Amino acid sequence: MLVFNFFLFRVVQTDPIGSLFRGRNVPQSTIDNLRVAFGLDQPIGTQFLYYLRETAQLNFGLSYQSRQPVWDEIVRAIPATLALVGISSILSAVIGTFGGIVAAWRRNTWKDHSITSSTMVFYSMPDFWLGMILLVLFAVVLGWFPVGGITTAGSNETGLARLIDQAYHMFLPALTLTLAYLGEYTLVTRSSLLDVMGEDYLTVARAKGLRDVRVRNRHAVPNALLPVVTLTAINFGFVLSGAIAVEAVYSWPGLGKATADAIRGPDLPMLQALFLLFSAAVIVFNLIADITYSWLDPRVEEI
Amino acid sequence: MSDALLSIRDLSITYHSQGRAVPAVRGVSLDIEKGGSLGLAGESGCGKSTLANSILRLLPAGTEVTGQITLDGKEVLGLSPGGLRAVRWTAGAIVFQGALHALNPVQTVGDQIAEPMSLHRTVANDDAAKDRVVELLRRVGLPAARAESYPHELSGGQRQRVLIAMALACDPHLLIADEPTTALDLMVQAQVLALLDDLKEERNLTLLFITHDLSVLTYACERLAVMYAGRIVEEGPAWEVFENGSHPYTRALAAAFPTIGDVGSRMAPSGLGGDPPTPGDLPGGCPFHPRCPLAHDACLPAEPELRISGEARSAACVLV
Repeated sequence: MLVFNFFLFRVVQTDPIGSLFRGRNVPQSTIDNLRVAFGLDQPIGTQFLYYLRETAQLNFGLSYQSRQPVWDEIVRAIPATLALVGISSILSAVIGTFGGIVAAWRRNTWKDHSITSSTMVFYSMPDFWLGMILLVLFAVVLGWFPVGGITTAGSNETGLARLIDQAYHMFLPALTLTLAYLGEYTLVTRSSLLDVMGEDYLTVARAKGLRDVRVRNRHAVPNALLPVVTLTAINFGFVLSGAIAVEAVYSWPGLGKATADAIRGPDLPMLQALFLLFSAAVIVFNLIADITYSWLDPRVEEI
Repeated sequence: MSDALLSIRDLSITYHSQGRAVPAVRGVSLDIEKGGSLGLAGESGCGKSTLANSILRLLPAGTEVTGQITLDGKEVLGLSPGGLRAVRWTAGAIVFQGALHALNPVQTVGDQIAEPMSLHRTVANDDAAKDRVVELLRRVGLPAARAESYPHELSGGQRQRVLIAMALACDPHLLIADEPTTALDLMVQAQVLALLDDLKEERNLTLLFITHDLSVLTYACERLAVMYAGRIVEEGPAWEVFENGSHPYTRALAAAFPTIGDVGSRMAPSGLGGDPPTPGDLPGGCPFHPRCPLAHDACLPAEPELRISGEARSAACVLV
């Protein structure tokens, strides 16, 4: 992972220092000094060894752009992303799962068709494109919501008023992410529940005299949700990085926007640290998925 | 018959799949008196399981069911959804085939046995339900601790016992056993059969036993009905039908089992050639005639009706 992280960005032939100055006339000595300061004058093997040593000590270096420690920048960006991604992940998982249950249980009715087709439409759209459309419609044309950022520029509100202001700013990006991920949950839940609906134990449950709703909630849904739990946890890991495009569209000061900005540099230490974080998130949430699974399904042995 | 617990009249069941009508049961009438037992035999696809599921109206939506099913004095096909739920598992319960996924994999078997009790309020509270689960498990020969097990932790025979315990949960009057011994090895089969037999005596159960295994039925049931292509082709006292079938199909089924002690029959059990007819595409006349060793011209014009073939016996064959 570390190896990949390091060389991936080295493969791209760029000049990080050069792009810092954007073609301005800077003495060659300044450039050389910067090169030495960032260690870019060393051979690549030496750079890699430095990288390994420092990463092991959780030192991710200084950002090329802000000259601040990379880790501090990331820590500053985490809350914004967690709030945005957390809320929209939970919303899309809950609404999508519920929609999938209704669609499967009432399959081939107008309910099924309208749920499946509408979520599919959003699922098929690229999330940044959906974001831009919503942005143009609600922020530019209608003017209901702000165009970007996390707080109103120049405001110095505190406490609840600040929170409301942030929520107001979060509405459009959260809506975009929720809509974009809704379809996946709906489709997975629907197909998983349709599989379960053919099982004999549902006939048995009906034979016992259970109401249709109880057959669904007590016997069908718990079995059908197993793959959805896995999907939710894994998505949570990916969504952290998947918000890059949406955060960039709405200038949301989170990890995604930090990534987009760092790519423009390229701000190598920043990118390395971000990608390390994203990979760690995926691994952690996979682990959470496995643990939840063994807790929900008695057939999976404790790990 | 007034003392019949289950009475079926002219029952026809037609599945509709992809715009095609598939008749699975075609005009079946049968009666089981209180405390009696009837075995329903036939090959796969003859409609016997469809018939069993129709008694509690468990067939998929869109299935066409006509005729009359009277269970415990109630007209099942005319019941409201609430009335139907009240009849399910109390008037009649089904022992499902344990080899299938008849048990929910993520619930303990104890919870699954207790579920209908609290639903139909046959027990006062959860503690009483737990006690009854333990009592039922003991009765079917399983230790009380098994209540905490999940289905995948049990063997095939144990699962079948759990399904029997589950069926008994609300003291049903009619017990429908749908292939309860299929996919079990012979020793376990015999144990399960003996258990069902004991329970029947002990609780005065009325039993509808469904299987393709004629020898099982003659052991477990007083009367026997043989189904072919959605109709009953022969009915009568179990041993008589088995030993001395009137319908050529019954004789072919009976002959498929080797006679113990008869070396010749063990070496060459006589099977029945050909395949069962497709329900959607039955041959004209007697549906059995393409496979019947005694078929002749009289079998072709019309499908024979059931007619009296002896004391308390009937068969649907032109030769009777």
